[in-house]
Parts: sequence; structure tokens; C-alpha cells
Amino acid sequence: MKNNDSVFTRIMPFLFGLLFLIGLVAPFAVYPTFLMKILCFGLFACAFNLLLGFAGLLSFGHAAFLGTAGYVCGMLVRDVGVTPEIGLIGGTVAAGLLGWLFGVLAIRRTGIYFAMITLALAQMVYFVVLQVRATGGEDGFQGVPRGNLFGLIDLSNNISMYYLVFAVFCIGFFIIYRTVHSPFGQILKAIRENEPRAISLGYDVTKFKLMAFIISASLAGLAGATKTLVFQLASLTDVHWHTSGEVVLMTLLGGLGTILGPLVGAGTVVSLQTELADIVGSWVTVIMGSIFVICVMLFRRGIVGEIQALIQRAGIR
Amino acid sequence: MEIFGVPSALLGSQLLVGLINGSFYAILSLGLAIIFGLLNIINFAHGAQYMMGAFVAWIALTKFGINYWVALLVAPIVVGALGVLLERTMLRKLYKLDHLYGLLLTFGLALIFEGVFRDQYGISGQSYPVPELLEGGVNLGFMYLPIYRGWIVIAALAVCFGTWFMIEKTKLGAYLRAGTENPQMVQALGINVPLLITFTYGYGVALAAFAGVLAAPVYQVNPLMGSNLIIVVFAVVVIGGMGSIMGAILTGLGLGLIEGLTRVFYPEGSAVVVFIIMVIVLLVRPAGLFGKA
Amino acid sequence: MHMKKLTTLACAAAIASLSGVANAQISDGMVKIGVLTDLSGTYSDLAGSGAVLATQMAIDDFIAEAKPNFKIEMVSADHQNKADIASTKAREWFEREGVDTATELVTTSVALAVMKVAKEKNRIALMSGPASTPITNEQCNDVSVHYTYDTYSLANGTAKAVTKQGGKTWFFLTADYAFGQALEKDSSAVVVANGGKVLGSVRHPFPASDFSSFLLQAQASGAQIIGLANAGADTTNAIKQAAEFGITPKQSLAGLLMFITDVHSLGLKSTQTMYLTTGFYWDLNDATRAWSKRYFDKQKRMPSMVQAGQYSSVLHYLRAVKAAGTDEAGKVMAQMKKTPINDFFAKNGQIREDGRMIHDMYLVQVKKPEESKYPWDYYHVRQTIPAAEAFQPLSESRCSLVKK
Repeated sequence: MKNNDSVFTRIMPFLFGLLFLIGLVAPFAVYPTFLMKILCFGLFACAFNLLLGFAGLLSFGHAAFLGTAGYVCGMLVRDVGVTPEIGLIGGTVAAGLLGWLFGVLAIRRTGIYFAMITLALAQMVYFVVLQVRATGGEDGFQGVPRGNLFGLIDLSNNISMYYLVFAVFCIGFFIIYRTVHSPFGQILKAIRENEPRAISLGYDVTKFKLMAFIISASLAGLAGATKTLVFQLASLTDVHWHTSGEVVLMTLLGGLGTILGPLVGAGTVVSLQTELADIVGSWVTVIMGSIFVICVMLFRRGIVGEIQALIQRAGIR
Repeated sequence: MEIFGVPSALLGSQLLVGLINGSFYAILSLGLAIIFGLLNIINFAHGAQYMMGAFVAWIALTKFGINYWVALLVAPIVVGALGVLLERTMLRKLYKLDHLYGLLLTFGLALIFEGVFRDQYGISGQSYPVPELLEGGVNLGFMYLPIYRGWIVIAALAVCFGTWFMIEKTKLGAYLRAGTENPQMVQALGINVPLLITFTYGYGVALAAFAGVLAAPVYQVNPLMGSNLIIVVFAVVVIGGMGSIMGAILTGLGLGLIEGLTRVFYPEGSAVVVFIIMVIVLLVRPAGLFGKA
Repeated sequence: MHMKKLTTLACAAAIASLSGVANAQISDGMVKIGVLTDLSGTYSDLAGSGAVLATQMAIDDFIAEAKPNFKIEMVSADHQNKADIASTKAREWFEREGVDTATELVTTSVALAVMKVAKEKNRIALMSGPASTPITNEQCNDVSVHYTYDTYSLANGTAKAVTKQGGKTWFFLTADYAFGQALEKDSSAVVVANGGKVLGSVRHPFPASDFSSFLLQAQASGAQIIGLANAGADTTNAIKQAAEFGITPKQSLAGLLMFITDVHSLGLKSTQTMYLTTGFYWDLNDATRAWSKRYFDKQKRMPSMVQAGQYSSVLHYLRAVKAAGTDEAGKVMAQMKKTPINDFFAKNGQIREDGRMIHDMYLVQVKKPEESKYPWDYYHVRQTIPAAEAFQPLSESRCSLVKK
């Protein structure tokens, strides 16, 4: 195992470099709005994965963070009139605070109870968003201007918007990567593997879990706030429990607990949703359901997980 | 007479209506609880299987002229058989894994079922008539109670407590309970544990389908009729304590009543009250009201 | 008479000569129509694949009638009722695929999102499916047409007629979100204006499946009329359960947003004698029957007003493109607004400056089971509501395009 880990550590910088370069030139080859959507959901899934894949906590209410940040960012930019970067920060902070609240209430529960309590709290957020007049309810929060970044760069241009989204994604991704590979991340893994042992080693397990939850929620919020700027709207879909389910699918499909898996998963799901919509029409949900089933039955490690396993096997030989 | 500005007659009728809804919750959460208790699977397809029960009844009536009473028996058997098939071919492979995978698999299955039915029968739904024998209603003084609604409560309670009795008081139930505690031991005693588990899943699914047939005459038979219900029913099971049979039944009925009251005093909040209760219960009693910690 | 004919001829000649030049102005020599609809969700029956079919029929009919010298193509997609999917798709269509108009757009969040993209990209949004009035009020813009109906016209038609016929006391069963509340507000105003009284309302969560508690509250209010300010499965479940609890026929229901698909799925037994307003009914006259029969042969269902309106709007758009000789949004919009709409769907329909297409609406009453003679024979047409009265008057408009 040790050996293979070092194989990955050696490959990783090159891989990241390559992906970074692809990310830089991608908008000239692929439709930018589509890429931006993948990056937003990719960051969302990565944030979710930080919690489930590395801390072993299944949150079934992550849509609440995505959506809340989206609405807060939208309100700041459209109604208060701040610049986009302030909107992004505002959204992220709001999601972080909400994450802290969720965390305090849920963190002492484990397994399915943790999932259910997060779901319940997220349902309450949905209820509030539906009720409050300022969110536009069912009509959605529409007409958010992209504005000028730092008051200078006009974001209505898709290419400049893309580079902002790309930068946001890279920052978020870097934070996750650092978190996972820091001593903090090692302790999280230790908790995931054997919680009683971590406790007996003197770690304040609750505190670590809560930290992980807040980081995850904030980054999910960052993704949601960015998404609002890209699409210039926030809607009830963002806070609906289906979105919480979707992010589980993305993460699982890409590879649970792998650093790149969620991005791959998000890319796959988003492409399927957009592209299939034209081709198969009403069969979209059936196909999505089938992917769930196939994924669970045949390749539980997810796309990236399976590839890693292949490389590992090759490495052993 | 008025209570908090609400006429007591209205309050009485709301409580009764709450009890009727509670019967649905009870029977659905019972099925979920049984499946979770024995298989450790969170059956996300439960809502879809409830929907299929209603649809099988509707198809039986319109295509084959099979009446309600027969459908009440046939639909659970058909849908339960499909459940058995799923258990044999798919769920079986997931028992040793994390809960997560069972949940995801059944979530995927629910999407497939709903998608297929939607494509076949459209979204607007189909109407299923109330069986002749149960048409009409009785005036209870404080409200007009449709006979069929009364029947729902009776049928649901009978099935719920029948199931409870079977699990808690009979030999088969004893095997089932032992099978969850210590499968190797029970296997060693010469009992076919895998078969027992298959049967259990089939039975849990059949319960969902039974609720579906009960619901067919009162709600539109619609491909998505179970998709929002499932979340509430989950909450009921969690509040009752995962896997607790009596907990699921009593919590289902109780929540129906509480929801009924919310609909009088704060109707907008009636969709969210169950989640508020869930959070409070889990904070105070982490394993649910009737669960073992 | 002579003079008039001459001018028409002269105009036609002028247009014909213009169009020779103008053809160069049709981008890529092709008009591309995008149908962005709900193919898989709640609205897939009343819009969905039926709307796609209606669009194709409009294109085919236009080609047969006008023999245009540009190509016409149709693309369609499922927006899954998600505003972000719709906005991505519309953007992609406009930016990369040269789509000239995004059509149908059922559900308001989708419509509002796509309208904004259309405005930004200078393309046209033709909306047959969505219902909410903000589309032609606060959120209006000059590239959007709200074609078939809206909540105002439905609530207005039904509430007015029912109140005038003696349904003086009302109680509303309202879906608790923006749309339901708007429906309740609009109808209440109409009820009061016509001498009726609103006794109260209950807001139910959206979506709900069991309405018995809400219905019992409506029953306890003693109101003659229970107004259903909700839609889709909520409406059908409420109607079904009202009959079950013996509330109807003692008290009457008024469906404020109902489609023929709802009546079809509930059956006449539970919907009989209800009043509702519709923009189209297939069995209205020979023209509607002829078109609907063609539609029925392909779809095996009769068209809803959304699907019929979709056909009409696409045909009107194509005619305008041909007449204007360009597919540039501003010019086509000007052409569409100045030409009256005359087909089986609308008589002298007109697109106002706020984007609202006004045409006659129909107040119908659902037949009793014994009155229905053949499949889909569902409505008595009780009254034609003239276009001028059916929709929100411009004087009340909150749209910035309306000059006052």
C-alpha cells in the first residue's frame, strides 16, 4: 500500500498541472456555461466528499448550504448592489454559519441518524425559502446581475466569468486538498476508521467533526454562490432534497473518498442531464436511476476509484 | 364550544382526519421499519412501491375487471413478488456493506419505477372509484365521515397489529428476530436465514403496496404519489426508532394527529412540523422514541 | 373598397420585393425553433411531448402554406422544471446552435429565467405554458410573448362568472407559494368587485396529497364556493376528496387553474358542474375540431390549451419571420405585434406592448357524466369572454414598457 501511495504522490503534481492547463484552455474548446456548471457542481461534490469520503459523515442536507449561499449572494448582488466578490464571500459566510448551526445540532449523532437530522434541518431551510417573500418563492430569485469583479472586470462576458469560476474552483479544491493532507485531515480519517480509538488518543472528536462540517458547508456555499452568479438566478431546486441526493450520486459515481472523483462524477451527471435532455426526453430519470443501480451493483469505487485500483494493480505487477 | 378560537367540532374532525392520515404513515413506516430491522437496508423505493400498489389495483380494475377486494390481496402479492426478485438479484449483495449503498440502490430503483410509470400512464394520474360497498358516509354529528375513510383506519390498524403480533408473538417472528440478532446461530439451528430475509423484504414491500391500494380510491393514482411521502415516512421511522415495530406504528398514528392539529392552527407549517419534531426527538433521545440506544 | 384592395396589393408587392433582399438577413438561412418544455415532470401532460408535436405541426403547416425559401428546424429539450437547466439550455441554444426562439417554457421560474437570457441575446421567448402574471408585469421585456393564458385571465373569468351567477360567499384553498397566493389575491379582488364576499382562506403546503383537513375547514366556513387556488395534482386531489367528504355538491368548487388534462384524469363524476376558464377547447367549432383531430391522431389525447396555443404561437412567429424577411428579434417582434392573429386558436388575437397576447377566453362548465356523448366531450361552453375583458387591462400594468 505504502508503495502505491507514493506512486500516486509522484503522479499527482503532474496530473494536477495537466488538469490545470486543460482548465485554462477548455473554454475555447467547450461551451463555457456548461463548463462553469460542471465546476460549480464539481466544487459542491468535492465539498460533500470532504465530509463523507474523508470524515465518514453522510449529510443528506447539503442542498441547504448550496441554496442558502446562492440566495444570500443573489440578494447581496442584486438588492444591496455589492460587487460579485463580496457576494461570493457573503454567500460563503452565510453557508458556513448555517453549517455551524447544523453541525452543533447533528454532530453527536452518527450513521443514519446523522443523515436524517441533516435532512430534517435542510427541509426546514427549504420551508423558510419557500415562505419568505424576498426569495421569490416558486418563481425563483431572478435577474441577478453578474456585475464587475472588483468593480473592474466585466463578468457578463462568458470567458471572464469562466476564469472567475475556474479560480474559485481551484481555491476551493486547494483548500480541500490541503485539509485532507494536513494533520487535521489525518485525524479525520482516523476518526472515520475508528472513532473510539481516536477518542482514547485524546482527540476531541466532536470538535474535529464540527470543523470538517463547517468547512464542507462553507465550500458548498461557495459553489452555490458562484452558481448564482453564473446563471443569474437561484431557485427552489437548489434547496430541494433532490439536490442533496444528486450530490451523493455525483460523489459516488466519481469515486467516494478520492480527491478527483467528485469532479468527474459531477461532470458526468451534469453532462447526462443536459445532453440526455435533448435525446431521450422523458427517459432522463429512468436513465439516472439505472446509473445509480449499475454504479452500486458493479463499480462501487466509482469511476476514479476504479481507475486508481487498476493503476494500483498495475503498480504491484 | 371553542378551543383556542377553533370550534371543537372542527377540532374533533381534524383529529379524526389526522388519525386517518396517521394510518397511512403507520402502515408505510411499519414496512420500512421491518425492512430496516432485518435487512439493515433503508428502502428508498418504498414510496415507489406504494405507488405501484395503487397502479396495480388500477390496472387490474380497468384492464381485467378485477375488483377492489381482490386487488387488496393481489396487488401486494404482485408488488411483493417484484420485491422478492429485487432482493434475490440485487439487495442480497449489499448486506455486508455500509447502509449508504442500500439506500442509493433503492433510490435509483425508485427513479426507474417512477419514470417507467410516468412514461406509460402520464403524470396527471388516474381515478380509482371507491368500492360500492364502502360508498357514502355517516354523519358523526361533528363531521361527515366517508365510510371509506373509516375503513382505511380499520384495515390499516388490523394489518399493523397483525404484523406486530406475528413478529412479537409467533414462532416465525421469533426466528425473524433471532435472525437479526445472530444469523449464524439461527442458520446453525437449521433455519434458512436467507429465505427468511427474502420473505421479510417481500412482506415489507407488500405492506407498501397494500397502503397503495388503500390510497387509490382517495388520492389520484399518480406516478409521483409516493415520492414526497417517502421523506415524511422516513422521518416517522426515525422518530419511532429505526427498526422498532411498535415505535413505527405508534409514531405514525401520533404524527398523523399532530399534523392534523397543525393544519388547523398553522396550516402552512404542516409539511415541516414532522421534521421539527424529528430534530427535537433526536436531540433528546438519540435512538428515537422507542429505539434501543 | 377598391382603394383598400389596391393598398393591400401594393403592400404585398412591396413585401415580396423586400423579402428577396431580406432573405440574406435570415441568419444561416435557417430559422431554428427551440421547444424547451417539461417532458418528464408535473407539467408533462399539459405541455410536454404534446407541445413538441404541436410545434412540428405548425412548422409543417407553415411550409405547406407559405413555401418559405428558408429552412426551418426544431430542437427540443426537457428542462425538468429546473430554472438553471433551462437557462443553460437556452444560453447554449442561442449562443452556439443559432436557435432563434425558445418556446413553450412551462412553469414560471423557467419562463422568467429564459426571458432574461433571451433579452440578453436578443432572441425571442414565446411562452405558451407558464401562468404567472409577473411575466408581463414586473419582469416584462420586449422580446417576450405570453401567449395562451395567465392566472389573471383564468381567475378573473371564473371568479366573475361564478360570483355573478349567485356564488356570493367564497373560501379559498390556496397552495402556499407565490403563484397560489397571486391566484387567491386576483380572484378575491374579482369576487369583491362583483358583490361577493370572501369568508376566509386556508394555505396548504405545496405539494400536498391529503386535503381532507383543509376541505373540512372550507366546509366549516359555510361558504357557497370553495375556490381552488392551486394547480395540477393538488387541484385534482382536492376535487376528488371534496366529493368524498360530501362537500360537493352542497358547496361548489371553482377551479382557478385547471386544464382539460385534469378533468380527463379525474373523470366527469367528480368534476361535473364545475366552472373553469380556458383559452381553448377542442370541441368549440369546426376549425378547432379539425385541428384537434389531426393532433389526436398522432398523440392519442386531445390537446390542452397550452398545446394548441403552442401551435398558434409558432405559426404566428414563422409568418412574422417571413413577412419581416428577417429573424432578428426586434423586427420579428414588431411584425408579430402589428399583425392580428387569426387561426383556429385565436380570432383577432393581438400582442400588446407588455408582451401579453390577448384573445377570447371561454368560460366552460364541466358536463355531467350522462351529458357526455363521446370521448373527451367534457365542456359546455357557457360564455365567451371577449379579449378586451379577459386579460389584465394595460391601465393596471406594472410593466415598464407600457407608456402611461
